[in-house]
This record gives sequence, structure tokens and C-alpha cells, in this order.
Amino acid sequence: MRLRGSLAVAAFPLLLVVAACAPQSDGSTAADPSATPTAGQCDTDNLNLLTAGQLTIGTDSPAYEPWFVDNDPTNGKGFESAVAYAVADQLGFSTDQVTWVKVPFNNSYAPGPKKFDFDINQISITPARAKVVDFSDGYYSAAQAVITLKKDGATPTSLAELKDLKLGAQTGTTSLTAIRDQIQPSQEPLVFPNTNIAKQALLNGQVDAIVADLPTAFYITAVEIPGSTIAGQFASTGEPEEFGMLFQKGNPLVACVNEALAALKSDGTLDSIEKQWLSDTVDVPVLQ
Amino acid sequence: MSPSSSDRGVSWTPSDRELERARARRSIHQRGVVLSTVVTVVVLAALVVGVTSAPGWDRFREFFLSWPDAKAAFPDIAKGFWINVKMFLIAEPLILLLGGLVAITRGSVSPWLTPARFLAVIYTDLFRGVPTILVVYVLALGIPTLQLQGMTTSLFWLGTIALVLSYGAYVAEVIRSGIESIHPSQVASAEALGLSRTQTMRFVVLPQGVRRVVPPLLNDFVSLQKDTALVGTVAVFESLYVAADYGNYNFNFTPFLVTAAFFVALTVPLARITDWLGRRAMERERGSR
Repeated sequence: MRLRGSLAVAAFPLLLVVAACAPQSDGSTAADPSATPTAGQCDTDNLNLLTAGQLTIGTDSPAYEPWFVDNDPTNGKGFESAVAYAVADQLGFSTDQVTWVKVPFNNSYAPGPKKFDFDINQISITPARAKVVDFSDGYYSAAQAVITLKKDGATPTSLAELKDLKLGAQTGTTSLTAIRDQIQPSQEPLVFPNTNIAKQALLNGQVDAIVADLPTAFYITAVEIPGSTIAGQFASTGEPEEFGMLFQKGNPLVACVNEALAALKSDGTLDSIEKQWLSDTVDVPVLQ
Repeated sequence: MSPSSSDRGVSWTPSDRELERARARRSIHQRGVVLSTVVTVVVLAALVVGVTSAPGWDRFREFFLSWPDAKAAFPDIAKGFWINVKMFLIAEPLILLLGGLVAITRGSVSPWLTPARFLAVIYTDLFRGVPTILVVYVLALGIPTLQLQGMTTSLFWLGTIALVLSYGAYVAEVIRSGIESIHPSQVASAEALGLSRTQTMRFVVLPQGVRRVVPPLLNDFVSLQKDTALVGTVAVFESLYVAADYGNYNFNFTPFLVTAAFFVALTVPLARITDWLGRRAMERERGSR
């Protein structure tokens, strides 16, 4: 009796907390954000922003090369940093009107208000994800690459040869999907929480080969794991995989960012940024 | 010639006062049952209404209570959970063994064992002080870097060893407290009977001391069951990590609740056993049976 009584007393403040903490509606609009923007909607002053006059962009920390340089997204170096600043420029923001926030990947899609206008973090666009968040149009299409250690001698030369290796890829990436669906290896793939653990496991021989998107593979083999090499690249089956910027569901800003991306594509800016920061992919053999 | 129960029923008539007492007891009891039921129902209903009428409830349901996502993730989570269970079953006996050895070593008095005692103290201090997740990291990724001959590089086994080392230190302290809770008169009596130190430990101190710490030991094992999820941080694909992986693809958190259900299903029975053992030990000491 006494216990139940005190439980009841304890529960009522809890109810108050539930009521008090309930978020206000985040004001997401029902309009289709990918529709063409109305006139003037994309003027810098009319944009739907977290902080007026500031473009707030999120990315994970550490921010890996070649997407960012020196783990510092604010320096404009690295592919994604350069793209972000180019988009900001198109939208009418100066460099110092851009603010970066650290957003771990699994926080980027958590429900509730976002702390960024958009998140740029090599996030692949998939239909399942697009149900929960909005994506911009793709700004890069990635092929998958297989990284092995040179000392292994027999570097795999075909997708079939990969089947019998112990493969690994990062959680939540299309690289892992490619292993599971396309390669279907005989052993369960190793699923890494992040690239650092993937590197360590490859060096330790806990995994024979890791699969990553091609630009990341270039950086890993050139800088991070001495003695590793790209065995080859392959395209994911089905739709080409594209990276998109991630927005709060229903954010009208998407349409304006898409407009900016389209402008960057047509005037060749995006291509030249890609040439500057992402190595040429032509030399890498294609695994069949 | 003892009277049968029916005889007694006929021959014994409760007094009016006794009947009055019984009535009063019954009505107090009934009032208690009604009141507790009403209060429980009201509180639960208020909680349910309070939560479901929150403005974010629809989105919460979409994210955490999506039935299709729960169904889709279930088989992989079940497979991952088997890794948690295996790890727990392997680690538990090893932890008891390690903890017992360390506890006995710390309680020894032989001068020959001074280095071992010293090591045992360092071990418990170190591994109780370092976060378990750090031990997991260092062992699973650091040990293979040493390239020791014959040392496994399996992340599962290295993770298990890390849990054994970390929990061994806690369990050693629990067992030691059990040993030290045995009154010195027990040891003195054993010596008076001519038992050696080893015999005293084996036949007098340990049986009593370990029995006393069974509930806290089981408590540690309930905790161990959950901490098997820590090895997910070094890429062992156990159930919590499976759920996170699913979430990363589909941007949905429902699989976390599925995993939680698995863990609760495992820990609740063990918790009830702990309660029951504790109650039994208490009754035995009180001498009520």
C-alpha cells in the first residue's frame, strides 16, 4: 500500500515533465520541398534558416579527408567543404556567414529539431532514408573500392575472388550494402563503427579487405595505411549511388540548395571542385 | 489420539469478539485491494494519456514504435543477441574463477605469496578504475598489434577476455568482502580443531563467505549481461550494434527497443532468481524454516 501510494505521488511530477518537455510543432510545411521555388523564395533574406543571416552546416567529427582537410570544415579545403562554401556563395552568403556544427551521423537523422540548416557528410540518398529526412540533389556519385594490404600477394582481381575473403565496411554505408547484396561473401562481413577501427583491423589482419567509396579509398591507401592498395573499383548495382545534403523533413530550403547545385553543375564549378580534391578514378581497374 | 481437523472445527466456536476481529480484518483488506487497484489504474492511465497526447507522439511512434521496422530487424537482432548470450555464458565461469583466485590470493598470509598479493592488488585497482569500454578497445585493437605468437585476433574472443578482466576485478572484491565477513571466531575455532590454513579456508571460510555474497554476485552478472553490448564498439556485430546498423540505413530507432526487449527478457529472470536466493538466505539465517 505504502509503496503504491508513493508511486502514485512520484508519477504525477513525471506527467508534468512529459507535458512540459513536449516539443512545440517544428513548423514543418506540408509543401513538397523539391518543387521549384516560388519567386523570391531563394533571396538570401527570405531563406528559411536556423539563425537569420547565418547558414549553419553540420558534419561529423572527425571530418575525414579528402572530404575535409585537417579535420577543419571551416577552411574551405576538401571536396565537401568546398562544395558547401560554393553553395553558400550561390545562396548569397559570405564565407564568414557560414557556421559549422559537429553532428555525429546517427544524430543527423534523429527526430526533433535539427541544429543545422543542412548536414553534409557523405550521406548516400536512399528511398528509406528519404522517408524520414529530405535530401538535396546528389552532388557526387561514388563508386565502391576494395582496399587490401599489398603484402597479401594475391590481390583479388574479380568480384568472385572477394567472396572467400573476410571483408569489412563501415556501418550504415552503401559499401556494406554492396558487400551484403552484391558480393555475398562466405563469411559474415565485419561491420566497423568508424574508419579508424577499419584501418586497425586491416593492419591487424582481423579483416582481409575493406570496402569504401573510391575517394575515401584513395585517401586511406595513400596516407592512412602504408602498404595498402586499391585492388579495384566496382559500381553498386541498381541506381547509381549519390551523396546528398541532409535536411529536416519539409524544409523549404532544399529547393533553394537544389537551385544552387544546379547552377554549380551547369557552370562547371562542381566539376572543377571534384577535379581539385578527388583523385582521378580512371586508373583504378574495374572488378567484374 | 489426536483430534482430526473436522473434530476441531466442530468443537471450536470462535467468540463474538474473534468474529468481529475477522470482519474488521477482511474489510480493511478489501478496502486496501480496491484502493490499490484504483490508484494503479489511474496512474497508469494518466501516464499513457500524458505520453500519447504529447505533440511529438506521432513522430515518436514513427521513429521508435514502427511495427514493420521491428519485424524487419528482428531476425538479425536475434542472431546478434546469440553473440551476447554466448559471450555471457563463456565469460561468467571464467570471471568466477579469476575473481575467486584473486580474492583468495589477497586473503593469503604466506610470505611466499607476497608478489602474487601485490599483483592482485594492482589488478583490482587497475581494472576497477578503468572504464570497461576502454579495456575492450585496448584489448581488441591493441593486442593484435603486438603480433604475439599464438594469440587470437578474433574480436569476439578479445572482447570476451576484456569483459572477463574487467568484471573479474569487481567479482574478486565481492568475494573478498564475503571472506572477510566471516567472524574471526570461526577461524579461531577451526585452528583450535587443528585445521591447517588451507583447510580452514576450504572447509570453514569459503563455504560461508561465498554463500553470503551470492546475491551481489548475481547482481554483477545481470550487469555483465548488458555490458556484453560494449563489444559492439570494436565491430563485434552483437544485437545493439545490429540495431544501430539497421537505424543507420533506414533512419529508424525501433530496432533499439527490440534489442532492449531481448535484454530485459534475459535479465529479468536472473533478477528474480537473485531476489529469491536473497530471501531464502535471509529466512535460513532467521531460522524460520
